[in-house]
Amino acid sequence: MKHLIKTGALAAAFSMGIMSAQADNVIRLATEGAYPPWNAVNSAGQLEGFEIELADELCARAKVECSLQQTAWDGIIPSLQQGKFDVIIAGMSITDKRKKKITFSRAYASSPAFFVVSDDSPLKDFSTEVDSLALGDMDDKEQAALMALKKALDGKTVGVQKGTIHLNFLKEYLKDEIDIRTYATQEQLDLDLQAGRVDVALAAMSYWHKLLSKEEGKNLLTVGPGVTEGPFGEGVGLGFRKKDQALADQFSVAIDSMVADGTLSAMAQKWFGFDAAAK
Amino acid sequence: MDWDIISESVPAIFSALPTTLGLVGSSLLIGFILAVLVALGALQKAWFINRPANLFVYIFRSSPLLIQIFLIYYGSGQFRQELTAVGLWHLFREPWFCAVLALSLNTAAYTAEIIRGGIKSVPLDLLEAGAAIGMKKSQIFRRITFPLAIRQSLPAYGNEVILMVKSSSLASTITIMDVTGVYKEIASEYFSPLEPLLIAGSIYLLINFIATQIIAYFERRLAI
Amino acid sequence: MDATILSWGDSGWGDEFFFATLMTLAVASCSFLLGLVIAIAAAAMKLSKRRSLTFFANVYTTVVRGIPELLVIYLIFYGSSALLMSIANSFFGIDDYIELPVFVMGVICIGLSSGAYSTEVIRGAVQAVPVGTIEAAKAIGMPTFSRFRRILAPQAIRFALPGLGNVWQLTLKETSLISVIGLTEIVRIAQMGAGSEKKPFLFFITGLILFLVLASLSDKGYKFLEAKAEKGVRVN
Repeated sequence: MKHLIKTGALAAAFSMGIMSAQADNVIRLATEGAYPPWNAVNSAGQLEGFEIELADELCARAKVECSLQQTAWDGIIPSLQQGKFDVIIAGMSITDKRKKKITFSRAYASSPAFFVVSDDSPLKDFSTEVDSLALGDMDDKEQAALMALKKALDGKTVGVQKGTIHLNFLKEYLKDEIDIRTYATQEQLDLDLQAGRVDVALAAMSYWHKLLSKEEGKNLLTVGPGVTEGPFGEGVGLGFRKKDQALADQFSVAIDSMVADGTLSAMAQKWFGFDAAAK
Repeated sequence: MDWDIISESVPAIFSALPTTLGLVGSSLLIGFILAVLVALGALQKAWFINRPANLFVYIFRSSPLLIQIFLIYYGSGQFRQELTAVGLWHLFREPWFCAVLALSLNTAAYTAEIIRGGIKSVPLDLLEAGAAIGMKKSQIFRRITFPLAIRQSLPAYGNEVILMVKSSSLASTITIMDVTGVYKEIASEYFSPLEPLLIAGSIYLLINFIATQIIAYFERRLAI
Repeated sequence: MDATILSWGDSGWGDEFFFATLMTLAVASCSFLLGLVIAIAAAAMKLSKRRSLTFFANVYTTVVRGIPELLVIYLIFYGSSALLMSIANSFFGIDDYIELPVFVMGVICIGLSSGAYSTEVIRGAVQAVPVGTIEAAKAIGMPTFSRFRRILAPQAIRFALPGLGNVWQLTLKETSLISVIGLTEIVRIAQMGAGSEKKPFLFFITGLILFLVLASLSDKGYKFLEAKAEKGVRVN
């Protein structure tokens, strides 16, 4: 974390000229660099993570020359449309709302959303009959799980990061039951979860998995089912400008081939500790 | 310019107006009462009264409000056990309380300086005249010093009110959905930051325009 | 409390805070200077007899002083690229993506705000210069530029100094808002440290103290300047 900041400070201090896009034939990919283990900056100041490795492999398979840059999550879609870069590879879920603005490749990963509480919470033993709640086409058990979730969270304060599918889910499904608090960064949400200002926090399993295995997250635990589909979309994909559909298709084919030969699963296992790869 | 986004964000942003006005109103009220106490404290001769009062004014006027808000909100989270033990945590747990506390303390420091200036500007011979006709010290303060000081302070206080309207937007950084908070949410929801910005900016201009008119009205009424 | 957290080097945040303080000073200085340039122009417009110029200067100060700095920052942050690109496209036919560095965006935001306050200070100072001194200079046939340089400016600067001192303090504090667009100044580092070390109080109180130190140093600095400007002025 500390080195990441140094990199940021240096970048801010030394990038004083007007930056302009480079030209010709190089496909410019952009990631956030602040969402481990998807994408982050390591102690040497370099980008690393599941999507960094994935980007290399996809560009090789699609036989295109690529460059990778860091950009803020806030405003990442407007930046793509303005032409700051050509592809978003930043743990972005494919949703109907985003599809109105941009186009996506096929999904390469998916990470269910999980509610997390601290171990002194009255909710800590909450669980449902199903472990996984897919909102798309719910069976009776899933319907019951959703009802149980609504009941358990009734009157609770739930924290979530701004501009995420998790916020969209809360607004769509639990608006009447809960009090939603939104945060600019996941770290601020973590502080308030630890301080007990929010009863529950909602984020992707891929994020929680790492935090819960560390010292500062050892008093936290996931409760209830992992939630997918519906507002969570069809998994995580690469984002493109609408006019670049051909490029999107090119990358989709590359993802297909990685799914087929098992490299994608292995890569996901390596970075997330569980198989978050798309099938 | 996307008119759909504008027409959808107008009602949403306007619905946050009571939150912004509530923040500004309660902070100004609490801040003003505190400010009178601090200004009087700063004018006392006893060092153990005027020193703390001056220190308070110095700290809150010399540091940014943003860091004061973060310190009170996230900083208090570090002392959850201690605050629970003294029965204050249920207050500090609420973002609204922390925001009003930070804004009130901040405006109290600035307003105290304004009031102190006002009190010092009251001509000595008026106070002597009061004493000469046999007024008690408290009467002199209540009937001569305070009203004159307030009139003298009004233009500067008007500026402070406008600064507070603007400052209240920082409450959005600790999860409060005021006009700026709702603006941020709409901007990220539609992936289109500029259109709702026009609406939010206009609301603040409007509030400040009205505030200026109200202060000007009082200035005219209190003019000799 | 763990003192090593604030130590120098890779294990502590001391060096980060130090460079962040320099960044705060750099943004504040550049913004203040930009603000002065804007203010001199805007004050001249306000004092001019052309109604249209006065109008534009009034719109500038009213709008900038009437809406929260946070919103001005979002405006520049999100709007500057689109504006620059449309200019580049229509005047130079360039179709590339253009973006200002965060530092420059920060300086523009805070400079605009600082300039609005400085405008009023400078306008007041110029108006406070006794008309008699200028008329006297005219009477002895001093040319316009010399009148400005030798009569108007020295007096106006002296009248403006206390007000500009306040604007500087205001500018210094406003730089904290740039943290929301990611410039690594004091508040940003405090936020990052608070988040990753889970010690928010320690980090924010450190940031606050750094600002108090900067404010006190500035206070000493402009007292010195004021004393210098008062040289040769008769004190009654």
